[in-house]
Amino acid sequence: MRHLAYLFVLVGCLAAALWLEPVLAVNVFRRWRRLLLTLLPVLAVFVVWDLFAIAAGHWTFDPAQTTGVLLPGGLPLDEVLFFLVVPVCAILGLEAVRAVLRLPAGDE
Amino acid sequence: MSYTGAALLGVAGALAVDLALLRTRLVTRAVFWATYPIVVVFQLLSNGVLTGRRIVVYDPAAIIGWRIAYAPVEDLLFGFAMVLLTLSIWIWLGRRGVQRTPVAGEGSRPRD
Repeated sequence: MRHLAYLFVLVGCLAAALWLEPVLAVNVFRRWRRLLLTLLPVLAVFVVWDLFAIAAGHWTFDPAQTTGVLLPGGLPLDEVLFFLVVPVCAILGLEAVRAVLRLPAGDE
Repeated sequence: MSYTGAALLGVAGALAVDLALLRTRLVTRAVFWATYPIVVVFQLLSNGVLTGRRIVVYDPAAIIGWRIAYAPVEDLLFGFAMVLLTLSIWIWLGRRGVQRTPVAGEGSRPRD
């Protein structure tokens, strides 16, 4: 189970944010095409950053606490999922704030 | 380049996307600054676990050494860049007409 430690953190993030979709009707997943089009460039940018950081030795991952699935460049699958989970949570957060406060965001 | 330099470059890049490239200007809007403190709390929590449990380990030579909840201060910049880039693209797509609706809090069927 210890190798799932990183994934548990991601599940925790999702648990903190996913309820916003049904409870506040933020409609982020109902706008799934817009969501995917947002996630793809963010994923691309941060995968490149991560590959650079791994190559430069900025950070390393504990093999005992990650899935062990490594993509080319030594990029753990856990990291790729992080770059999907965090943006989804951020968008859910923004749309939840908008649902409650009704503040303009520039796409009205 | 150190992580410190890369993180500062990341923030500069995200600000350039928000202010100049996509012109979403989220950093000038109240809605962004109402959202970011909520996101940053969860970021500190999850980053604290990832760093405190040493799931992710940083090279001391690549960071300035200031830490917040176990995590290097650079992670705060990294997270800010990721959140700002994400939200800027999300709003830009909406402004371009990509699934602007159903807006948050709206119960009706999607219109596009």
